[in-house]
Amino acid sequence: MNKNLYKSVPVKSSEITPEHQYLSRRQFLKAFGIASAGALIAAACGPDKNVSPTDTSNIDSTGTINDFSSNSNEKVNTFEEITNYNNFYEFTMDKSSVATLSKDFQTSPWEVEVYGLVEKSKVFSIDDFLNFDQEDRIYRMRCVEGWSMVIPWLGFPLSKLLKEVAPRSTATHVRFETLADPDQMPGVKNGFYPWPYQEGLRLDEAMNDLTILSTGLYGKVLLPQNGAPIRLVVPWKYGFKSIKSIVKIELVDYEPDTLWSTIAPREYGFYANVNPDVDHPRWSQRTERRIGESGRRDTLMFNGYAEEVAELYTGMDLSVNY
Amino acid sequence: MYMKQLLSTWSAKTRQINYLKVLVYIGAITPLIWLMWAYLSNNLTVNPIQAATQRTGNYALIFLTLALSVTPVNIITGYKQIITVRRTLGLFAFFYAAFHFAIFVGLDYGFEWSYVIPELFEKRYTIVGFLAGFILLLLAITSFRWWMKRLGKNWKKLHKLVYLAGILVIVHFAWAKKGDIFRLSGDIGKPLLFGSIILILLILRIPAVRKWIIATRRRLFQYRNNSNKSAPTSPNT
Repeated sequence: MNKNLYKSVPVKSSEITPEHQYLSRRQFLKAFGIASAGALIAAACGPDKNVSPTDTSNIDSTGTINDFSSNSNEKVNTFEEITNYNNFYEFTMDKSSVATLSKDFQTSPWEVEVYGLVEKSKVFSIDDFLNFDQEDRIYRMRCVEGWSMVIPWLGFPLSKLLKEVAPRSTATHVRFETLADPDQMPGVKNGFYPWPYQEGLRLDEAMNDLTILSTGLYGKVLLPQNGAPIRLVVPWKYGFKSIKSIVKIELVDYEPDTLWSTIAPREYGFYANVNPDVDHPRWSQRTERRIGESGRRDTLMFNGYAEEVAELYTGMDLSVNY
Repeated sequence: MYMKQLLSTWSAKTRQINYLKVLVYIGAITPLIWLMWAYLSNNLTVNPIQAATQRTGNYALIFLTLALSVTPVNIITGYKQIITVRRTLGLFAFFYAAFHFAIFVGLDYGFEWSYVIPELFEKRYTIVGFLAGFILLLLAITSFRWWMKRLGKNWKKLHKLVYLAGILVIVHFAWAKKGDIFRLSGDIGKPLLFGSIILILLILRIPAVRKWIIATRRRLFQYRNNSNKSAPTSPNT
């Protein structure tokens, strides 16, 4: 991956909203790599004629765009694509029905308990989360099923939250849990799954700068189908690691069980790093289809984030620790 | 007189065959039209290739299940005409399976054989799926009268492979889903449902089971007939 993608581009971001503006600004910045971008963008965007797809409110970001999606041949997926093609089995297994079934999902009030092996356990509200500086992070998302998207997330590094609760030296892993409310989430009644959804990261993975808690995308508050009000995004791992609608974050001293590794341990390991060389025992992971494209792309090692995360796994046999 | 009677039964028979077959044709072509319409009107999710692959796979499974249920329906009810749609149902199962395969190779992988070949023969779910498809192809080709005559007794033996195809298709389906059917966990609802149906359909074919069902049906039927019998039947011509 190109080094200069690391660069944070400072912009005044008061006008992040509709997709075309969001993207035109992004492409503009990419094209010119600009210093005084804010003023130019205001001029370039023109009046806000574009009606936003939903009425969710906007989130003020710090104005830092971290584009980790790399090449110029990778386009950010549309809001429509990102919000209408979702795996969220607590609602339904039908990807295109999640949006409808989750539209009345109550995301406020919402509390996330952060506890376990920490010095200062704390219950966070959504406002607490929004008090962290919100950054734009444009990441690839690779689903284990073999499709991928590029998503402009808003959020903040998980490390910032963890620093606030001060993990004890004995903590080695972080365990996450999704809400499992059968009254709101019809899929939870499906007895073939060991609800609630659980996921986990090693502490150093959780502290990596790429790992974020997301509160929004396209400059807007997250919609339920994308894991509102708060979800994890770990871009170098298969999508199912990026747990949605989190209610619990626990610091532990063991490798936590995850929902998928409980269902099929031989197929879904704890690490689940995107890796074209380690096939899922049942299907190949060599290629993927980018949503919106017709052909297939080669899947990249660590989903293209090898430079940032490969060192986390030095000395590990990734075909054993899949 | 005899000729006339024969002709009238024959035409009655063809009428009935047509009626049933027309129904099957309508039922079989509707999903194709539906799929095309969804594709053209952009209603096939944002990942239309995956959706089309899954839908055609589902249709193939449904028609194979229907084809496999013809004989059991005949065994249980004694309704003979239904046998006349067995071949059509089987051919539509093959049609959708072929479509499913064509989407996989052509649309999904763009005939990129360096990807398709390993994808087909390295992964267990594609291996069993391919095998099932190959069996259906073989049976579709030999479903014509010419082959039936040519193969004679072997034709029946060959076409018993459809039972194997039924089992392979279920395994293919279950392995393509995220879950573990043997641990009863994950996305296994549909494979489990279709697996149970196909299992029952195969059990009903076991000679002992089949004989027992037919005997029981005849007994019930005769019992009813005997109790109804009051007037002597007219003599045959």
